[in-house]
Amino acid sequence: MKFVDEYRESESVRRLARALARRTTRPWTLMEVCGGQTHAFLKFGLDALLPKEIELIHGPGCPVCVTPVEAIDRALDLAARADVIFCSFGDMLRVPGSERDLLAVKAAGGDVRMVYAPLDAVRLARDNLTKQVIFFAVGFETTTPATALAVLTAARQGIENFSLLTAHVLVPPALESLLASPNCRVQGFLAAGHVCAVVGYREYEPIARRNRVPIVVTGFEPLDLLQGVYRCVNQLEEGRFEVENSYGRVVLPDGNPSARAMVDEVFGAVPQRWRGMGEIPASGLALRPRYAAFDAARRFRATEPRTEPESPCIAGLILQGIEKPRDCPAFGRECTPEHPLGAPMVSSEGVCAAYYRYRRLERSGQGAKG
Amino acid sequence: MCLAIPGEIVSIAGDDPLLRMGRIRYGSIVKEASLACVPEAEVGDYVLVHVGLAISRLDADEAERVLTALREAGEWEEDLP
Amino acid sequence: MTVHESTWTCPVPRVPDLIQMGHGGGGWLTHRLLERIFRPAFGNPLLDAQHDGAILERGSSRLAFTTDSFVVRPLFFPGGDIGTLAVNGTVNDLAMCGARPLCLSAAFILEEGLPLETLQRIAESMRRAAATAGVVIVTGDTKVVERGRGDGMYITTTGIGTIEHSRTIAPSSVRPGDVVLLSGDIGRHSMAILAVRGELSFETTLLSDCASVAEPALALLAAGIDVHCLRDPTRGGLATTLLEIAQTAGVHIHLDERSVPVDEEVRAACELLGLDPLYIANEGRFVCFVPEAQAERAVGILRAHAVSANACRIGEVRADASGALTATGILGTERVLDMLSGEQLPRIC
Repeated sequence: MKFVDEYRESESVRRLARALARRTTRPWTLMEVCGGQTHAFLKFGLDALLPKEIELIHGPGCPVCVTPVEAIDRALDLAARADVIFCSFGDMLRVPGSERDLLAVKAAGGDVRMVYAPLDAVRLARDNLTKQVIFFAVGFETTTPATALAVLTAARQGIENFSLLTAHVLVPPALESLLASPNCRVQGFLAAGHVCAVVGYREYEPIARRNRVPIVVTGFEPLDLLQGVYRCVNQLEEGRFEVENSYGRVVLPDGNPSARAMVDEVFGAVPQRWRGMGEIPASGLALRPRYAAFDAARRFRATEPRTEPESPCIAGLILQGIEKPRDCPAFGRECTPEHPLGAPMVSSEGVCAAYYRYRRLERSGQGAKG
Repeated sequence: MCLAIPGEIVSIAGDDPLLRMGRIRYGSIVKEASLACVPEAEVGDYVLVHVGLAISRLDADEAERVLTALREAGEWEEDLP
Repeated sequence: MTVHESTWTCPVPRVPDLIQMGHGGGGWLTHRLLERIFRPAFGNPLLDAQHDGAILERGSSRLAFTTDSFVVRPLFFPGGDIGTLAVNGTVNDLAMCGARPLCLSAAFILEEGLPLETLQRIAESMRRAAATAGVVIVTGDTKVVERGRGDGMYITTTGIGTIEHSRTIAPSSVRPGDVVLLSGDIGRHSMAILAVRGELSFETTLLSDCASVAEPALALLAAGIDVHCLRDPTRGGLATTLLEIAQTAGVHIHLDERSVPVDEEVRAACELLGLDPLYIANEGRFVCFVPEAQAERAVGILRAHAVSANACRIGEVRADASGALTATGILGTERVLDMLSGEQLPRIC
């Protein structure tokens, strides 16, 4: 596949890893913000090629991981209704609410459908006029244009039985929140290339300047990821703190204006609670008043948010990069991908699940080299 | 977050900018995606697709330039393209 | 089977108390059903052998006995249908016991309203698949359920085969130093079905690999290859199959991912949907554990058969008794492969 295979060539990757090793003279702590990048680092065994001075902290960029439990509980209540077809991305189906998950609702008779695209949910609504079709809109800036397009399409085509349960989240406020924590050890960020494909990276410039952290817009293939790390380390070694784009084939400084306009048309920023991180101002999106008719929380009587159950899970600290999954007392014991206590164990992008799949043996000393 | 993969536009249908759809070829399979956010994209262009929506048109020249530099990474010490 | 302790004794209250789709996915949830419900209820030495079928000894003769139910939507898919699947699936389970498949039973659960023409087409493809595999369908049953209570039809086939050698072909025979052979490329069956099913559909020329693998499997035995274990990587895919064997045998299996053949279309579809081909179901492939010294000859024998023409060596058995599966990836570094809970869910965000 063009634009994929050439970024996985072992020789180029190893050569770049050697260049990175030469460039690195001191320990540096970097965070890859995006869960997809965490997954790629571990899946390709790329972390094994990094010099030992470099520590990677896995960031909060997994949408299913940061969706608060009350949003999931609301989803579960709606999905259980007899008049509803509830649509969700695959990853979201196994994320536990306070009592169960969407797969359990499906097993109990709820009509829960996995969709590939938000537009598929609009199509389902058109084909099932006697049902209410609700799309569970989760995801970061990358995903918001697709959700906005679904709303605009439904509005254009007069599809009234379609609505959204929105739990979208935004990256920059979360980064600011991470950096504001006195425990924050992150010295440089790999920014998520696909988020930046939509929104660009101008918003990161004041963050980099104010906090004296380099932020490098980074892609998802092995060569992209190493390049991001290299540029980040290079800045740190030189004492520079700038925003750099190392994913130029996809990302422009202002992102995608059409996509941004679409999102602005449909959504406005609101405070949002993040699982494990608490409420962050202006870090979520809500439908604007003129599209309020598509708001599932309004259309159906919203349930009271429940409080999160007590749990040994330290998802909050892990998502902030303060602890690693194997520091959690529940990791691999009470908490496994089958029975996740926290969302990072659920999605294959979740950092705990990624560790569980790819790094568990290391912990028990059976040692895959890797 | 955000699994997105690059594919080539093999055909385009629809005049309404909001409803413009493309058939996108990924290696040797084809799936439909919305082109609502890449109005400038034409047949033959590569676009990056996430959950059924093309969110970016790939810049092939930029890709080639960076890739060439990266393949010579053994030779450079500090300056990346 | 040893199940990884940390995953197994799980005190978390959120265990599903209703059957979910994942219970049929071949991963942890399926294993949990076996361990918690079926083995306590039925437990006996034959069942406890945890093989694709049971080996029955009567005097000096040995028979392999196995059963499988088939539910697939749509009933007809590129490269096969529920009928070919039902015949080949059970034939392959017999072959994986090292047995020569002899005869099958076929039980049909039909949904009211199913066109007779559909049933006729499927019966005909079963006849053809049976003839190709050299088995006869000797007994059967038909039941009908009300409209809306079944996906058109379900088929259960049961098979008997004869074992014409004295080897023990089972995970327990796997030894450190064994080489893992794979009979062809992986992932075709699931991807061919996904391509034509509902919302995740895509355009492709992919065909299911659904086929009998009895011929090449028996050819290995006939040639005197010291076959230690045979297994067809159906649901759960290659990784789940190898993990099950590693855990049952108490060995460490190491896979070289770079040597596992994956068709270009399967790979593209996996990239698109965020799936890992190692966990995707196959219906016409098998893995084979043989001593290193015979590996090359075994590959040659397999390649002489069309269904296993792309057979190759993909890994080895290591000495540590970890029950683990590791893989060297495209960058030459290693990772650990684990069992999934149920079906692999497309990774979208």
